[in-house]
Amino acid sequence: MTQATASAAALARDPAWHGRIGGFIAFLVVLWPLLAWSEFRPWLLFDSQGLAAMRGFLAGFLPPSTAPDFLALLARSTLETLAMATAGMALAFVLAAPLAFVATRALSISRIGPGPGVWRAAIVRQSSRFVLMVLRAVPEVVWALVLVRALGLGPGAGVLALGIAYGGLLGKVYSEILESTDTQPARALLEAGSGRLAALLYGLVPGAAQELASYTVYRWECAVRASVVMGFVGAGGLGQLMDQSMKMLNGGEASAILLTFLVLVLLADGISAALRKALA
Amino acid sequence: MTTPQTTFDGRAWSPCLACLAGALGLLAVVVASFVYLSVSWGDLVSMESMRLMGRFIAEFFPPDLSASFLARTAEASLQTLAVSSIGTLLAALVAMPLALPASGRFGRLSRAASRLLLNVLRSVPELVWATLMVLAAGLGPMAGTLALAVHTAGVLGRLFGETLENLPPTAERALREAGAGPVAAFGYANLPLAAPQWLGYALYRWEMNIRMAAVLGFVGAGGLGQMLYFHLSLFQQAQAMTVLLAMFVLVVGVDAASGWLRQRLTPARG
Repeated sequence: MTQATASAAALARDPAWHGRIGGFIAFLVVLWPLLAWSEFRPWLLFDSQGLAAMRGFLAGFLPPSTAPDFLALLARSTLETLAMATAGMALAFVLAAPLAFVATRALSISRIGPGPGVWRAAIVRQSSRFVLMVLRAVPEVVWALVLVRALGLGPGAGVLALGIAYGGLLGKVYSEILESTDTQPARALLEAGSGRLAALLYGLVPGAAQELASYTVYRWECAVRASVVMGFVGAGGLGQLMDQSMKMLNGGEASAILLTFLVLVLLADGISAALRKALA
Repeated sequence: MTTPQTTFDGRAWSPCLACLAGALGLLAVVVASFVYLSVSWGDLVSMESMRLMGRFIAEFFPPDLSASFLARTAEASLQTLAVSSIGTLLAALVAMPLALPASGRFGRLSRAASRLLLNVLRSVPELVWATLMVLAAGLGPMAGTLALAVHTAGVLGRLFGETLENLPPTAERALREAGAGPVAAFGYANLPLAAPQWLGYALYRWEMNIRMAAVLGFVGAGGLGQMLYFHLSLFQQAQAMTVLLAMFVLVVGVDAASGWLRQRLTPARG
């Protein structure tokens, strides 16, 4: 009797205890198979063999390699990475701009009023959206891996992969930016009988130019990082160099490349921030 | 009569020299990049290479849908799902204690130190961490889990810290002035306010990490990526296509699950 009232009092104190306990048990039930599938055994990190190998590799990190011919190679790879990012962005822009121009609702003449061709226009718009979605659904590294098989090792595959994946991304974001700015001027132009291109250039771009440019610069910064990563699947640049040094367990070279990479990312961050501030 | 040639602010039309110089500079950089890479673009778009490319793409179809291969793909998908989930969970667990000093609770020195640590964790990409972790933990999904956890801890630590900084200080101050200890005041005033946002950030990173987890296998960290790398290396495009489809399904599924959880677990904001 007393026990029952005591537990009832405890229940009254936390009315949500059912949900809490149930949620916690459900969490554990989900967690257990996930831990098994990911073969999560952290104690393996601390067995003596792995530790010794890691210590040897990390000991090689210092000092970073400064052999003149390696530094020359490093400089060439860094330039190659920057060139890949820039060329890939140019390609992405060429792909994204026309698709965004077709896909954006802000320039739709058929949506202004009832008229012929509503369905045709909607189909064209939706299919360009679908193309953009397919382009960006596959990450750029996967595009690079596939394209390296088709085009051979080297920066060509990386540039194309960046162009495809970022083309899809830029196209979607461009069309959304155009829709989110003030669309009244474009609509007025269209209603007065102007063409779509003129409505874009005189009605939408003046209002959205800063945001469009700033997003493009930000994506260039991401492209620098992505081109390093794509090197790991054989698309040239710093990543490929790092992959080679890691496979040869050359700690000095690996640490020099890592340092270069960090400096490059910080530099790209800085350039991108300065450019966006200048545009604002 | 009036003079219609001048605009409203009185300036006559003149070319914007800075814009012109900027556009020319941009063009020069782009052209220089293409030249520096010295990829023979002419060969790439020639009829011969287009034909080869078409044949290469055609080999991806139809995807291999035999039962035994589907079973293996499903197994790898579960592994990738597990790597992304455990990686994100570990990252959140590491990020929480790091967010406290990063939000400036323990003085300026610990704030700068923890921010530096978070920045270093964050600026090395997951794939680079994965190559390091493969050396430390051996081939397999655990290396991928750790790599995701380390990079994501840097990202989440920064976001969690910023959340704490942006909380209204009134609730905690009220408890402190009423005599509550610092731990109790944080736990009852700040934590309930910050938790939904932290959860939202963690779920968002989970969506990013499922994409990354599918890729980390390229350097030997298990899951779908390792399968894709393996089959592409053997030029088994039909199998590779199945893996690509599985990646797509997994990403869409996780996006949906994360959206559902976010709606259920984090209160709607006005």
